This record gives sequence, C-alpha cells and structure tokens, in this order.
Amino acid sequence: MSVMVVRKKVTRKWEKLPGRNTFCCDGRVMMARQKGIFYLTLFLILGTCTLFFAFECRYLAVQLSPAIPVFAAMLFLFSMATLLRTSFSDPGVIPRALPDEAAFIEMEIEATNGAVPQGQRPPPRIKNFQINNQIVKLKYCYTCKIFRPPRASHCSICDNCVERFDHHCPWVGNCVGKRNYRYFYLFILSLSLLTIYVFAFNIVYVALKSLKIGFLETLKETPGTVLEVLICFFTLWSVVGLTGFHTFLVALNQTTNEDIKGSWTGKNRVQNPYSHGNIVKNCCEVLCGPLPPSVLDRRGILPLEESGSRPPSTQEASTSLLPQSPAPTEHLSANEMPEDSSTPEDMPPPEPPEPPQEVTDAEK
Amino acid sequence: MATEVHNLQELRRSASLATKVFIQRDYSDGTICQFQTKFPPELDSRIERQLFEETVKTLNSFYAEAEKIGGSSYLEGCLACATAYFIFLCMETHYEKVLKKISRYIQEQNEKIFAPRGLLLTDPVERGMRVIEISIYEDRCSSGSSSSGSSSGSGSSSGGGGAGGR
Repeated sequence: MSVMVVRKKVTRKWEKLPGRNTFCCDGRVMMARQKGIFYLTLFLILGTCTLFFAFECRYLAVQLSPAIPVFAAMLFLFSMATLLRTSFSDPGVIPRALPDEAAFIEMEIEATNGAVPQGQRPPPRIKNFQINNQIVKLKYCYTCKIFRPPRASHCSICDNCVERFDHHCPWVGNCVGKRNYRYFYLFILSLSLLTIYVFAFNIVYVALKSLKIGFLETLKETPGTVLEVLICFFTLWSVVGLTGFHTFLVALNQTTNEDIKGSWTGKNRVQNPYSHGNIVKNCCEVLCGPLPPSVLDRRGILPLEESGSRPPSTQEASTSLLPQSPAPTEHLSANEMPEDSSTPEDMPPPEPPEPPQEVTDAEK
Repeated sequence: MATEVHNLQELRRSASLATKVFIQRDYSDGTICQFQTKFPPELDSRIERQLFEETVKTLNSFYAEAEKIGGSSYLEGCLACATAYFIFLCMETHYEKVLKKISRYIQEQNEKIFAPRGLLLTDPVERGMRVIEISIYEDRCSSGSSSSGSSSGSGSSSGGGGAGGR
C-alpha cells in the first residue's frame, strides 16, 4: 500500500490583491502589468555596457588607466541596483478598504450629504483639511473606497491608490511613489552619469585609436562603437533632461503629478505646504528621509477558509508546488493594452514630460 | 449577569462582534501618520475618554518617532545609498523597528485595558495605516445581541505586525 503525501498549498495575500499588478518570486517582486518597455530599458543598458566593457575598456585600460573600467563598473552596478529597486518595490500602494470600513465611511458621507437615489452617480466626495494654515481637499476614491491622503493619487494603469504619487513610468515598469521615488531619482541620476561617461570615453577611444590606425579602420574594427555613441547620444538628451527636471522637483518637494496639475503654482493657488522652504532640507527629506515599509503584506498567509480558487487575472507566478524559495519564476504574460478605469479618478499621464527636448526613441 | 472577560481568547469565545469603529487619520500636520483623538460616541459607555485619548496620543507619538527627520534618519539614508540599498537586505530600518514596538504596545493595551472592556484594537498597519479599527464585542451570554454591524468577524489578533517584505 502506498502512502500519499499531500502537500498543502499555502495561499499568500498577493494572490488575492486587487489591482492590475504582477507579482513574481512568490510576492517578493511587484510590478505593473506591462513590462515590455522595462525589458527594453534593461536590454539597452546591459547591451551598451557589455559592448563598452568588451571593446573600448580593454583598450583604454591599457592605454590610459585601469581605473576607467572600474568606475564604469561601479556606475553600472549602482544604476542597475537602483533600477531594479525602483521596478520591483511597492511604490506605496494604499490597500483598498475592507467592507466594514467602506460601509462606515459611506454612512458618514451619507450623514453629511444626505442619501442619493438609486442609480444616480453621487457627487464627488471631498473633505477639507487644513495643513500648515492652507486648506487641502481630500478626494474620495470610488475604486478603493477610501479618502485619499494628501498627495496620493489613483493610478489608472495599475488601478491602485499610491501615496505621494509621482507618475507611472513605463521605462521602469512600475509607478513611482513615496516608497520608490528616491530609487527612481538615483537611477536616472546614475544613468545620466553612466551615459555621459560611456559617451565621453567612446569619443576618447575613437580619437586615440584614429591617431594610430585612422578613423575608418577604427570603426571597422569595433563597429559596436557607433551603436554605443548613437544610443548614448539619444539617451543623453532625454535622461539628463529628466534628471534636471526631477532635481528641480526634489528641491521644491513637489511631485510630477502636482507639477503637471499646477497644484501649487498660479496666483490663486495655495503655496506648497509640504516644502520646508529650504532646498537642502527638501532634498534631505525626499532622498534621505525615513522609508516606510510596505503595508500590503504581500507574503502574508491567508487563512484557509479564505483561500478558494485563484482568480486567473491577478497573479503570474506558478509556484503552487514549490516551497517558498526565491527562485525567480517569471511567467509573465504578454503585454496587454491599458484599460482605462471607468471611475473618474485622476488620470496621471503615463510618462513624465521631457522638458527642454523632444522625447527620443531609445533610452540606454 | 455579565461575564468578566479576562483575556483575548475568552473574549472571542464568549462574545460576538457587535460593531466596529474606525478612527481616521488626522492630516492637519501634513502627511505624517497621526490619528484623530476625537472620542467616538459608540465607545461612550465602554471606555473612559481619557484612557482612549492616551492610547491614541501614545500611538501618534510612536509614529512621529518613526517618521522623525533628523540626524539618525539621514545617516541611515546616506549609508543605505552608499551601499546601493543592499544593506536593507540584511538590516531592519528604523521605521520597521518602531512598527514592531507599536505592535507590542497595542497587544499590551488590548490585554490590559481594551479586552476587559469588550473592545479590541487592530494594528493600523493591518489596515494600510488608514484607520485604527476598534471592534466592539457584546457578551453572548448576557444580552444575546447578534452582530448589528458587519459579520466578517475579523477581530484579528493585534500582535501581527503586518508589514511584510517590501
């Protein structure tokens, strides 16, 4: 007689989370649904740096200094680390209200506004708060059934309310919010430096080698150089501009969302109540301030009575029989078209504006 | 005759969930985590106003400590940046440490003050830091009142600091 061993499957909370995110590594990684452009970003950075280390660095390390590839490697590792942190972490998603809480808030609202007849859309619900002597309005989110904290916004692409929402960035495949803004900023900063570095040393390489064997021969010997210079050139205009824009935002303690909506500009508008009035203080708070942990508890275990069959759309990783190992199970779905949420939420633009120059196709 | 409820297990066994009260966030000082100290009318007959306010004020002070912007938080931030944030893989942040302290405090308050009065505080971390949920239990034996509020029965244990992963 054989003994059957039944392995109990543990259902984790990430499998039941609403919203349009994908989760990998059994809930440790959280991203938006569309990851195509993120893969492009990875490919461009890895590809260009591989070419640089394989060809130019070998020559320059011998001819000029071995420190050149060392610094390049440090910049490359730092920007990859910050990119992965930005893409894989929870941007500051506010979990949706549980039914009790939603009902409690609805009761409070009805008590204030009076009941709305069935079938009619109720008016937008707004609460007024005073922050540092300025009046700030809190909006009610129909999808998440909560009053959004100040500076939070609902991302229609990910279908989540995100604290201190900046923008949804397809290049990193995730929203940028309170918890990952500093990683995003350091990523674009280090990427700018890396781009400038690679671009500059490619020019130096071509110049040095052309003196010995001529310009055309140099290009024939390392055709990758042309590709690298092209990618860096286009990347420079977009990423460096973006870094400048975000440096401006950090210095004023503003978000892209607020800047686009003009929340704090114009004569009839209130001043930004979150700015400390001092650039250094603002930078320190945004980049080095305390980092709140995620409140989503993605890896928490659901009680047995709640773990029914998995809804097919909310998760991607097929770890049903695997123990909780950090094996990257990236069974990622094909890119889907973004559906517009039907609720009248704030619709932040999918990309931040590139202020002085036009948006170019490739980003390294 | 009302049964004296001595601990959380007895509370759940002998009482049924009557209703829940939600203490909302107070945004008057900005986006820092603070809860309103306004005393909800539903708790009027259950707990003294002063005890309730003291609990909420202590919680607010814990959150202020977690979010304090000062020398030590800058140091932590700069050190983390210098290590490309790899240090967070092995080190707990200051915020996480304070959240654990808050969990322990809430459990203590539940055992000493709230459970004997038929109430249960839920750690705000389990509600996305939006509200402090207070579950009000009615004693099954005496009044025989059924749940008038929602019947989800989620008077969850307040000991779980639910801030998982990243």
